[in-house]
Amino acid sequence: MAGSNYQPKSKLGQWIEYRLPIFSLIDGLFGSYPTPKNLNYWWSFGSLAGIALVVQIITGIVLAMHYTPDTSLAFASTEHIMRNVNYGWLMRYVHANGASMFFIIVYVHIFRGLYYGSYKSPREILWMLGVVILLLMMATAFMGYVLPWGQMSFWGATVITNLFGAVPVVGDSIVAWLWGGFSVDNATLHRFFSLHYLLPFVIVGVVIMHIWALHQHGSNNPLGIDVKGPQDTVPFTPYYTAKDLYGFAVFFLVFAYFVFYNPNFLGHPDNYIPANPLVTPAHIVPEWYYLPFYAILRAITFDIGIPGTDIVFITAKFAGVILMFASILILLVLPWLDTSKVRSAKFRPIYKQLYWLLVIDVFVLGYVGAKPPEGILPTVGLIATAYYFIHFLVIMPILGKKEKPLPLPESIANPVVKSAE
Amino acid sequence: MKKILLAVFASLMMVGAVSSVQAASDAEHPKDLSWGFEGFTGTYDRGALQRGFQIYKEVCSACHGVKYIAFRNLMEIGFSEEEAKAIAAEYIVAGDLDEYGDPTERAGKLFDYIPSPFPNDIAARAGNNGALPPDLSLMIKARPNGADYVYSLLTGYEDGHEVAAGMSYNSYFAGSEIAMGQPLFDDQVLYADGTEASLEQMSQDVVVFLAWAAEPTLEARHKAGFKVISFLLVLTILLYFSNKKVWAGIKAKKKED
Repeated sequence: MAGSNYQPKSKLGQWIEYRLPIFSLIDGLFGSYPTPKNLNYWWSFGSLAGIALVVQIITGIVLAMHYTPDTSLAFASTEHIMRNVNYGWLMRYVHANGASMFFIIVYVHIFRGLYYGSYKSPREILWMLGVVILLLMMATAFMGYVLPWGQMSFWGATVITNLFGAVPVVGDSIVAWLWGGFSVDNATLHRFFSLHYLLPFVIVGVVIMHIWALHQHGSNNPLGIDVKGPQDTVPFTPYYTAKDLYGFAVFFLVFAYFVFYNPNFLGHPDNYIPANPLVTPAHIVPEWYYLPFYAILRAITFDIGIPGTDIVFITAKFAGVILMFASILILLVLPWLDTSKVRSAKFRPIYKQLYWLLVIDVFVLGYVGAKPPEGILPTVGLIATAYYFIHFLVIMPILGKKEKPLPLPESIANPVVKSAE
Repeated sequence: MKKILLAVFASLMMVGAVSSVQAASDAEHPKDLSWGFEGFTGTYDRGALQRGFQIYKEVCSACHGVKYIAFRNLMEIGFSEEEAKAIAAEYIVAGDLDEYGDPTERAGKLFDYIPSPFPNDIAARAGNNGALPPDLSLMIKARPNGADYVYSLLTGYEDGHEVAAGMSYNSYFAGSEIAMGQPLFDDQVLYADGTEASLEQMSQDVVVFLAWAAEPTLEARHKAGFKVISFLLVLTILLYFSNKKVWAGIKAKKKED
């Protein structure tokens, strides 16, 4: 993060800088920080994710001032926020839709990294910290969705926490420990509220490390080649501050559409019914951003054991849980599964097509996750799940060795292909 | 940029559409009506709101509560303070403890919430053949296409089907058998403003009232949204050209090369 020689002009600034080098730190982060000059708009999603996190924290802190995490009051206090708190409806709709916005931004950010090979050396730790952020976000969002204590809150919490019951031997103990009792109840709601308040600040900590790691080697770029010298870069300010601010404005337009004109579109009507442990909703679905993982969870419908006997090594439920967690954790080792030296898919003709196949596969999984497991869908879900893992475990290692990449350009400043000369 | 925005927006609309699709149920899809509160400039029709409140008060409130609505909120749908006070005074609510510590009762006031017809769920079931009439405060938001659904339900009762004792046939209800008997009939109430009280009219009016009960801040939201989006549009245009200007030097050099 260091590396800036910035000196404040004012006497006071210099006095402070000598004791706490904060101005050169800020300059190194967002000021003179040399950034590849060929970044496209897909690169704006990193700073957008930062803004989305800040929006969630600010609205969340205000909401926590009016919310009560008690099973007898949670639903009513949410309605109190919606009806009686000044601009409470705005805070809650921004927070609820902000979660969806945060996820779509982060998913785009991840898929940008996948396309341009941003996870490859020397950015492996940068990428792995990103995966940690994703995991923390998923935990945070899950617990946040429980807080209004509607039907989907309660039953979503019940389904997801019950997953841990599939762990052999200690499963039931883990579940009781998570619940703080023998069902999702008051103790569960209280701890979820506590953790939902804590985890965003843990995310902030990991984000700082993510940015720290980013600044060690600088941003990747659409060509996926290293920066050769100052002719390849521009200072972050004003070039990328201007570009990112434009991106922010466009993002807030989309965000505002949902908040002001379609605030419940991404939610579920059942969550406006107070939680009732005695009535199970006809169809329990998680929030949209979990749907592909939900499909993977439900993909395995058969126990794994010795055929023809009663011996079961892994129950269908446990296999689903393992696959669901594996589907995210596999990203941690992606830098080593991908054996290609070429970063950007621009110069990998076959990977480019398989990348889009993966994108389609994830959308198929999302669709399967949203629907009841009827008819052909469980089979589709199983095939799509298998393909997801084949992409990372089989295709990536082999393709990197077999594929003949296109010739790389000489440099960012001189994007002429070497062989063309 | 346009491509990105389009892709992001399209995928959001897609995920929303997919995730809000309900499990295949045998219920008929609700009739598709157009409501005054839909769309970018949607507002609640004041006449319909007050007529709808009348329907709620004279018909629905026999079994259903609207516990999140206070009498003071009635001023938001066009009742004067005196009218709202008079409506509140028609209800008996729990008062403070008296000097001996015994519970008291008093007439309702503006700050009281509209009392529900039953003291608790057990009493409600006992009085309704075992079925629980749900609170209606959030009903329109708690069902897919809530406004269309409630309207269809109210106008969708049919005779001549075989149903269990005490049940009614309604194809818009999941399972087609509903414990609530047909609540509204032509000319059931006498509207103060002279509107003809047909079944369709009354159903529409009560749906408008319930939509407001579920989302009383909708009008404020639409108005604020207009300001926010107008501001953001101008800001976006300014930032678009600022960005272009900032990069002009770099882009020009690129072209020269």
